[in-house]
Amino acid sequence: MQFSPRDDQAFHGQFTFKNSDYAIQRFPFPFPEDEYRYSVNIEPHVLPGKPGSITEHMLDIDEHYLSEIAERERVLAKDPRRCLVMPHMQPAAWDFLEFVMTHYARDYPEAFSFERDGDDCVWRNHLLELEQSFRMGDDASLPLPPLDYIGRQMQGDIALLDQRDGDLFMDAGMITCPADWSLAFDAGMSFKQWHGPVPLAHEMGVFDRALKYLCAIQVGGPVRRLNWTMTIHPRMDSSPETYAEWGSDRTTITAENAGRDVHLRVELQTLVRMPRSHALFFGIRTYLISLEDLCTNPVWQTRLLKVLKTLPAELIDYKGLTRYLPSVLEWLEAREASVAAKANAEATAQAAV
Amino acid sequence: MSRFMKARVAAVDQLSSSVRRLTLVPADEASPFTPFSPGSHVVLGIPGEGRVCRNAYSLISPPDDPSQYCIAVRRQPVSRGGSEAIHSRVKVGDELELSPPANLFLPHWQARHHLMLAGGIGITPFLSYLPELERRGASWELHLRSQDLDVARFPEAAPYLASGNITQHRLERPNLKALLARQPAGTHVYLCGPQAMIDAVKDAARELHWSLARIHHEVFAAPEPGTPFMAVARGSGVEVAVGAQESLLEALERSGVEVTSLCRGGVCGQCRVEMLEGEAEHRDAFLDEQERASQRCVMPCVSRARSQRLVLDL
Repeated sequence: MQFSPRDDQAFHGQFTFKNSDYAIQRFPFPFPEDEYRYSVNIEPHVLPGKPGSITEHMLDIDEHYLSEIAERERVLAKDPRRCLVMPHMQPAAWDFLEFVMTHYARDYPEAFSFERDGDDCVWRNHLLELEQSFRMGDDASLPLPPLDYIGRQMQGDIALLDQRDGDLFMDAGMITCPADWSLAFDAGMSFKQWHGPVPLAHEMGVFDRALKYLCAIQVGGPVRRLNWTMTIHPRMDSSPETYAEWGSDRTTITAENAGRDVHLRVELQTLVRMPRSHALFFGIRTYLISLEDLCTNPVWQTRLLKVLKTLPAELIDYKGLTRYLPSVLEWLEAREASVAAKANAEATAQAAV
Repeated sequence: MSRFMKARVAAVDQLSSSVRRLTLVPADEASPFTPFSPGSHVVLGIPGEGRVCRNAYSLISPPDDPSQYCIAVRRQPVSRGGSEAIHSRVKVGDELELSPPANLFLPHWQARHHLMLAGGIGITPFLSYLPELERRGASWELHLRSQDLDVARFPEAAPYLASGNITQHRLERPNLKALLARQPAGTHVYLCGPQAMIDAVKDAARELHWSLARIHHEVFAAPEPGTPFMAVARGSGVEVAVGAQESLLEALERSGVEVTSLCRGGVCGQCRVEMLEGEAEHRDAFLDEQERASQRCVMPCVSRARSQRLVLDL
C-alpha cells in the first residue's frame, strides 16, 4: 500500500484531500438497491476479506493514514474532551490497545511491529517513526493513557461500550471525525439513548433487535455494517462542538459546485468483542469521496440519483441534507442527461455508418 | 457454534464424589487459547454413543492465562450423556472439541461491592471472577452452599481462602435476608445455582425493597426432557424425530443440519430459528412476549413442541 505524505490541510482550511484512482476503486459504495431502506444491515466481519478491499483486514488503513493522524492531533489539541475513558473502562482500554497493535502488526507488517514477551512489549510504528517499550497493563509505562496512546495512531473513530444489564453504554472512546454527534454529549448513555435522535427506526423495532444482536457478539465473532451521510467539503470533523465552523457550508451549494464540494461520507462500522474486559469495540472508519470522483463510476452515479430521489423526508432532515439536496439532484440529473445524450449521439453516429 | 477448536485433556482431578475438574490445553499449536473475561463459558463437544454431546461449562481458571482452560463438571443424576461421559470415559490425552469462550454472566464493574452466591457446582463461574476482582481492587464476598463440595479443593480458590471473603455453608441455609440487609448501598448480587435458590434470593431482595436490577443470575439451564416430536428442516429437506431426552438443537445437529448456537441454555439468542408450522413450547429467556405469542420463531436449544410437528426454516 502507498501512504500519501502527511497533509495538514487535507480535512480543513484548504481541503487538499484527494482520493487516488485506487482509493476511488475501493470506495465502499453503500447502496445495494435503488431505494434506501432502514434495516439491521449487520453481517459477520469474515476475515480475510477480498484482497485490497476495505474489509480485507480487521482494521483498514489506507493512503490517508498520515493525514488523518495529523487531523486527529489537531482536533485533540483544540478539544481534549474528544477522548474519554471512565474509570471502570481502564481495563477495556488496555484490551483495545493490545487488539490494535496485534492486528496492525499482523496485517501491515511493513508499517508496524509488535513484539511481546509476557507483559513486556515493544511497539513500532514505522509510519510515525515511533518506538515504544512498555508493560502491558501498566499505565506508568506509556507516555499517555492506553486509549489516548493508541487512538492517536489509529485511523478511524473509536467507541468502547460497556455491557451491563443487557444494554450497551458509551463509556469510553476517541471521537475526532464524527458525522454530527458528540462523545462528550453521549458519554454514559445507553444504546437507545444515544440513538434517540434517529427517526423512524425506533418505531420499526430496529434498535430492539440490533441491541439483542450486539449484546450477543462474542470473542472471535466480529460484525460490520456500512452507514452513510453527506458532508460539504472533505471535512472529517463535523461535530456539534465545531458546528459554527461548518454549519453554514450547507448554504453554499449550487448545481454548479455540488460535484466538487459535496462528499458522500461512508462509515465502515465494526463491532468487536474485547476478550478480557468483554467491552464492545465500536469502530467507525470514515471514507470520503467527492460526487465528481464517485460519478467516474456510471453505475454508482445512476444508483445514487435513484436513492436520493426516493429518500424519505425524515431521513433527508436527519442527515442534514434538506438545504442542499435539490442542488445535488440537479447536478446528478445533468450528469445523467449528458451521459444519455452522449449514448444517443453515439448510437446515431453508429446508425449513420 | 461454527469455530470449534481442538483441546487436549491434560489433567483430570476428582474434587468430590461427584465433581471432576478437567484441565484442557490447545491440541494444535497453530490455534492457541485466548484470554477471556470473568464469567465466560465454553461449549465442549463430548463424544458419546452415536453422537457428540455439546454442553456449556464455565471456565474456572484465571482469565488472563491462556495457556490452559479448566472446567469443573458435576455428575448429573439423570445425565443426557455429557457429564456421564466426562466422569466415566474421558481421560488424560483425549482430544475434545471446544468453542471459543463466550460470556453471558459478566460482573457489573460499576458495583461498589460484589456479593456472589453459589449453590453447589454453581461456584464455577465465580472462580474466574476472583482474580479480576482482586486485580481491580474491588470489594467482594463469596458464599458457597454445598454438602459435598469443598471450596478448598479448587486450586483456583486457594489464593483467596485466607482473605476471609469466602464463606462455606454446609447443611445450614444462610439467612438470605440478613445477608442482603447488611450489604452496603451499590452492592450487586450474582447468583448461580438451582432455581429455588434464585427465587429465595429474589424474594429476600423484594422484601428489602431492592431493585432487581442489582441481582444477576446464571441458571444452568440444561434442556429439560419432554414429549418426543417430529422436526422438519424445510430448506434442508430433513425430517428428524426429537427424543424425550434430547433437545431440538441436538436432534438437528445429529441429522447434519447446521444451526448457529452459543449458550445452549436459552439466553443468548444465537440459535433462534424461524418457524413455518406448528406450535412451540417456549422455554427460553430470550424471546419477548410478542415473539412467543406470534409462534413464528423458536429457540431450539431449550424449547420444544406443543404440536406433534414443528416445521423450521432451516
